[in-house]
Amino acid sequence: MLKHIAGVLSPIARGRGGVKVPHNKNTEDCRIIRMPAPDKVVLPMQQHIGAPCSPTVKVGDTVKVGQVIGDSDKFISAPIHASISGKVTAIADTVLANGRMAPAVTIESDGEMALFEGIEPPKVTDADSFRKAVRDSGLVGLGGAGFPSHVKFALSPDKPIDTIVVNAAECEPHITVDYRECLDNTLYIIRSLMIIKEYLKIPHAVIAVEDNKPKAIEKLQKVADEVGDGSIKVMALKSRYPQGAEKMIVYSATGRKIPLGKLPADVGVIVMNVTSTAFIGRYLETGKPLVSRSMTVDGSAIIKPQNVRVPIGTSLHDVIDFCGGFTTNLDKVIAGGPMMGTALVTTDVPIIKSYNAILAFQKGTIIDKPDNDCIRCGRCSQVCPMGLMPTNVMRSVKARDIDGLKDSNVIACMQCGTCAYACPAGRPLVQYLVLAKDMIREDGAKSGS
Amino acid sequence: MRDVIIALVPALIASVAIFGPRSLLINAVSIISCMVFEYVTRKILKRKNTLSDLSAVVTGLLLAFNLPSTLPIWMVPIGAFVAIVVVKQFFGGIGQNFVNPALMGRIVLMVSFPGQMSTWVAPYNWNETVDAVTTATPLFELQNGATPTADLLDMLLGTRGGCLGETCTIALILGGAYLLARKVISPSIPLSFIGTVAVFMLIAGGFDLNYLAYNLMGGGLLIGAIFMATDYATCPLTSKGKIIYGIGCGLVACVIRQFGSYNEGVSFGIILMNLLVPHIDNLTKLKPFGFIKEKKQKEAKAE
Repeated sequence: MLKHIAGVLSPIARGRGGVKVPHNKNTEDCRIIRMPAPDKVVLPMQQHIGAPCSPTVKVGDTVKVGQVIGDSDKFISAPIHASISGKVTAIADTVLANGRMAPAVTIESDGEMALFEGIEPPKVTDADSFRKAVRDSGLVGLGGAGFPSHVKFALSPDKPIDTIVVNAAECEPHITVDYRECLDNTLYIIRSLMIIKEYLKIPHAVIAVEDNKPKAIEKLQKVADEVGDGSIKVMALKSRYPQGAEKMIVYSATGRKIPLGKLPADVGVIVMNVTSTAFIGRYLETGKPLVSRSMTVDGSAIIKPQNVRVPIGTSLHDVIDFCGGFTTNLDKVIAGGPMMGTALVTTDVPIIKSYNAILAFQKGTIIDKPDNDCIRCGRCSQVCPMGLMPTNVMRSVKARDIDGLKDSNVIACMQCGTCAYACPAGRPLVQYLVLAKDMIREDGAKSGS
Repeated sequence: MRDVIIALVPALIASVAIFGPRSLLINAVSIISCMVFEYVTRKILKRKNTLSDLSAVVTGLLLAFNLPSTLPIWMVPIGAFVAIVVVKQFFGGIGQNFVNPALMGRIVLMVSFPGQMSTWVAPYNWNETVDAVTTATPLFELQNGATPTADLLDMLLGTRGGCLGETCTIALILGGAYLLARKVISPSIPLSFIGTVAVFMLIAGGFDLNYLAYNLMGGGLLIGAIFMATDYATCPLTSKGKIIYGIGCGLVACVIRQFGSYNEGVSFGIILMNLLVPHIDNLTKLKPFGFIKEKKQKEAKAE
């Protein structure tokens, strides 16, 4: 009863915003299955946030699994490795899932999957060699953002870090790969954390999991108690989308608010995705760089929904074929989760490091809201976790009111899609917000020149 | 909008029971003329037909609820015209109106035809063959220092003189509870509105609970606070804004009731606050997550 009253009164206490989304974790009991190597992979040179790589191989070269095929001398970038062994047959532009073009190296398989000879466990003795090892591994944030991990570890002396937050919230519906990682690779997660803490001299660590995954919490806690030194805390967070967003999870796990336009490091925190964390432990043991990644393939239009480990660069089409292909009546294919993912126009795109899911839905199983006029109900403002007012932004975009846009702090929007989810009129609010950010950037470029 | 219609059904039933078939007639004329005006204007302006969003039906219902049962039928479409064409469609249709359409319709009728708009018929009088017995509203009697003919039970059941939909307290509260449970409206506006009136009237009535009860259940306070002031298009976006707006509505309504020549001020209170909504919205903009107050920012810089 009390809970119900609190529910009715909740709009008054706006709190943190967010929405309750159905979890639909259909694949949570599917262990990650390794997909057989495809005949061909296409490895785009831009799989991360930051500077694109340039190819270090030529057409006709023979490459082996784990060999570097693309690198950059810029700091914010991560090398790219061959994910199958074979011959480089082309270096040409390819279309990525987000519609952008990027140069890519095409490798045709020789069927051997031979490991590159130079692969050996890296020698890590101090913070610098640790960072170098992480860079060499090609690791980027595997949760979806694709931010090069070694850049996060480059701590600046005037911003001391005291906590590392491991993000295992997985608040997007359908996706279960991080959950599987927590259950199947628990030991690696805890060991990695110990190593990171040791080399970077970070005293505290928090593993943050949404409370809809009690098994994962239990297992993490158990292993942390056995292996850890008591400095690793496992925390159950309320299941409320977007709990796993960087600023939200830092606030939930540490109580610190990251100021507008700042990074977690500004409040003394590093955030790592749980799968990325486990990868570091594995890499330090084997030296095998990031050449494959786990992803959830799910949705009503997939015949055999499951979690698969896919060589990077595999065509999305091959992955879907491996999962039984599409059912009839296919409506929408999404790279990423249903809230933040990108709807695809073609399945002929390569899997890159930052994709954690492919979802496909039948007609009638997704809610296609009609695009009606805004009725000013204010729900978008109520649920926005960043405290923005999407309906005002939309109005400013329509009026091309740049000053209004700048005033609206829209640049803080992380496109979590909560507003569009809550909108009863079915307005495409996220699209307007993205447009708003583009307009501000365009204006900045104009006045800058 | 369907939820709002469902929430208004108890009040509709009550009004038919209390004021008879004529209530049904006024309601029907009001709804149909609102829908026709909406359809025709959209057609002439070459815009998408929006009848299916049911907002015209809601406006029609609310307008009828704000009219007395004795009103000549030909006046109803005038109110509907003002509501739908002038207030709503001239400003761009749903979500763009700057004041509540139904209330504006009522106010135009009230100013144009003050006599007909304040002829109240006594409840259950509709089956009399002779001319209907007229009565005064409880608020009118209160303002003139008389003891209201309706007792508190009548106020609760709605068997008193008044506009069609405003009298039955129980039906209105039922509708409001439904809207709250369906999360169509937030409690901020009704609570702050009614709360303000309660506090004001408690003090103005010298802590006379009887006086307070008549003021809360009398007039159009409940229908206004639950159904009219909460109209999305004309209330502030944020919770803080909604509370300020609700308090404002309550204050204006009370001041008019207490000191004005009209004995009812809820409509004017809501309309006046409707006009202030853009400013309230401006003043109560949300602070983004991680926003640091300017003062703090300066302090941080000084360090």
